[in-house]
Amino acid sequence: MKLAKFWAWITFLAGVLFFFLPLIGTFEFSLRARRGVYSFDAYRKVLDDPQFRDTFGYSIVIALFTIVVGVLIVTPTAFWVRLKLPRFRPIIEFITLLPLVIPPIVIVFGYIRLYNTSSYLPLTGSAFGTNILLTLGYTVLALPYMYRAVDTGLSAIDVRTLTEAALSLGASWFTIITRLILPNVLVAVLSGAFLTFAIVIGEYVFAALLNRPAFGPYMVWMGGNRAYEPAALAVIAFTITWACMALIQLATRLSKHTKAQR
Amino acid sequence: MSFLEIQHLEKTFGPLRVVKDFSLKIEKGEFVSFLGPSGCGKTTVLRMVAGFETPTSGVIQIEGKNLVGLRPNQRKIGMVFQSYALFPNLTVAQNVAFGLKVAGLPRAESDSRVAEMLRLIGLPDLGARYPFQLSGGQQQRVALARALAVRPRVLLLDEPLSALDAKIRVSLREEIRQIQRELGITTIFVTHDQEEALSISDRVVVMNGGIAEQVGVPYEVYNRPTTRFVANFVGTLNNFTGTVVDAAAGVVSLEGVAITLPRGRLAEVKGKEVALAIRPESVHLGNGHGRDVVLPAIIEEVHFLGSVIRVRAKAAGTSVSLDIFNRTDLPPPPEGSSAELSFAAQDLIVLQDQTQ
Ligand SMILES: Nc1ncnc2c1ncn2[C@@H]1O[C@H](COP(=O)(O)OP(=O)(O)OP(=O)(O)O)[C@@H](O)[C@H]1O
Ligand SMILES: [Mg+2]
Repeated sequence: MKLAKFWAWITFLAGVLFFFLPLIGTFEFSLRARRGVYSFDAYRKVLDDPQFRDTFGYSIVIALFTIVVGVLIVTPTAFWVRLKLPRFRPIIEFITLLPLVIPPIVIVFGYIRLYNTSSYLPLTGSAFGTNILLTLGYTVLALPYMYRAVDTGLSAIDVRTLTEAALSLGASWFTIITRLILPNVLVAVLSGAFLTFAIVIGEYVFAALLNRPAFGPYMVWMGGNRAYEPAALAVIAFTITWACMALIQLATRLSKHTKAQR
Repeated sequence: MSFLEIQHLEKTFGPLRVVKDFSLKIEKGEFVSFLGPSGCGKTTVLRMVAGFETPTSGVIQIEGKNLVGLRPNQRKIGMVFQSYALFPNLTVAQNVAFGLKVAGLPRAESDSRVAEMLRLIGLPDLGARYPFQLSGGQQQRVALARALAVRPRVLLLDEPLSALDAKIRVSLREEIRQIQRELGITTIFVTHDQEEALSISDRVVVMNGGIAEQVGVPYEVYNRPTTRFVANFVGTLNNFTGTVVDAAAGVVSLEGVAITLPRGRLAEVKGKEVALAIRPESVHLGNGHGRDVVLPAIIEEVHFLGSVIRVRAKAAGTSVSLDIFNRTDLPPPPEGSSAELSFAAQDLIVLQDQTQ
């Protein structure tokens, strides 16, 4: 018993070292911009860089739109599949997994072929159109996570009976989705949203090939052209991702009615 | 014309005919129970009335207007489910107010209606709670209040008490009946518990294999079952096989004892053999006054249930159950002793197979 505990701790510590050592190394390196002493110079430089602010702001806006579009598409779909087409659930699940299987580079080349300036829908012809294309592309990339999150949320409630109860009270489908389904899967939607956010903030391939001023390409450019700033940027990016994870946890804790025994 | 009329309702799921030629008329304010074994189509009929299933054929009318084709949220029919189906993200008061909000009722009016409903179900102080903070019985009351708050034309309850324990089941069913009387709302109550159906209904519909085998007031369904299925499903029954002696005069012979049945009871019997049945409470121990049939018997088992003693005895070649009241001056007969069983000819039920 004691021995097992001992080895469990050893394994745990090994895991922690494996995970944190590179991070600590990166962090330590990011502090050495000024010779001889530790300083936050690299961070100051990064944060003062107008390009950082522009690209980061751009990616945040795109991420928010991606989340909204994703929620609007995924929630009604997952709801409808559970309610009316339970036989098609495996098929829908498979489709939502495709973005994990098909490399982003393939998807984005497909987009460029389909929506180039000489196509019926020349989205790449303008910055605005390309932004839309990028948002929709990110929605696809985030689909596996968003769908799974929402579907798990739906599995926690008796979708069919609750829907019938609402219908018998005179509710429309719109009311059912906005007042009943969404609030009940809110925690799941939030965790899907934070995952989407983390994906979009760090994404490189789509943004680079569609030539949009996003955070991902900026990080890559920085990595190729500076010494200490990329390390600082990596730490910042990690912090953002972790903050997202913490927010998922927080959202789960805060929702009072999910504590019901199910 | 009745308030709610169901005519020749049919429902098939693929090759499965789940509801077959189901017809029923319900008057305004009536409390009707659907009673039947699992899988006989009770829920399916109810769901067709609510609009969740589309009938394969047939008509469902309220006040002469056909409901078929109307969407469930346009029908104004309240529904209470076995699993309560309260909205977990809303408080009790918000749950009850849900339908009112959907209907666009002004806030003040909605609030007072909610308060009235919570009073009606006896939970005036629990409006701020969430469903998971309530017991099963309380949740089901809230579900009832939620369904009633919008003043539906018809209330449907699908085994609303099945998930509750026995004591609450009895008290809540009486409460439901009392609220139903108070509001005068037309109600269909689905159950597979015969005691539940008999005790609170104006009329009982006994269903089997997708058809309504018998429709009648509880007294009638229990005492004058028209089919073998109804007789056996509702209550306990002792079965005998008799021989027809004179069909016109209503004379049958049971174990050599000639019995004259009331007029007309043999009218539809064909052939020589006749299936006879009698309820345990109609059979008496010993030979009393006014009993037409007396059979010798051996006492096999005695079960003391309190106010009632259920005795099983061997008579007329079969095992017969009978109920006697507990009496302090008369201990039950010992097992293995011989005794006489007696009953009145008019208590005999003649069973016929449903000919379809
Ligand atoms: N959507 C469906 N698809 C296929 N078959 C169905 C469907 N709904 C019900 N059935 C079948 O119809 C029959 C009647 O079902 P129903 O739910 O009406 O029975 P019930 O009388 O309510 O039974 P219980 O007392 O168990 O609730 C059953 O055999 C069931 O399997
Ligand atoms: Mg049922």
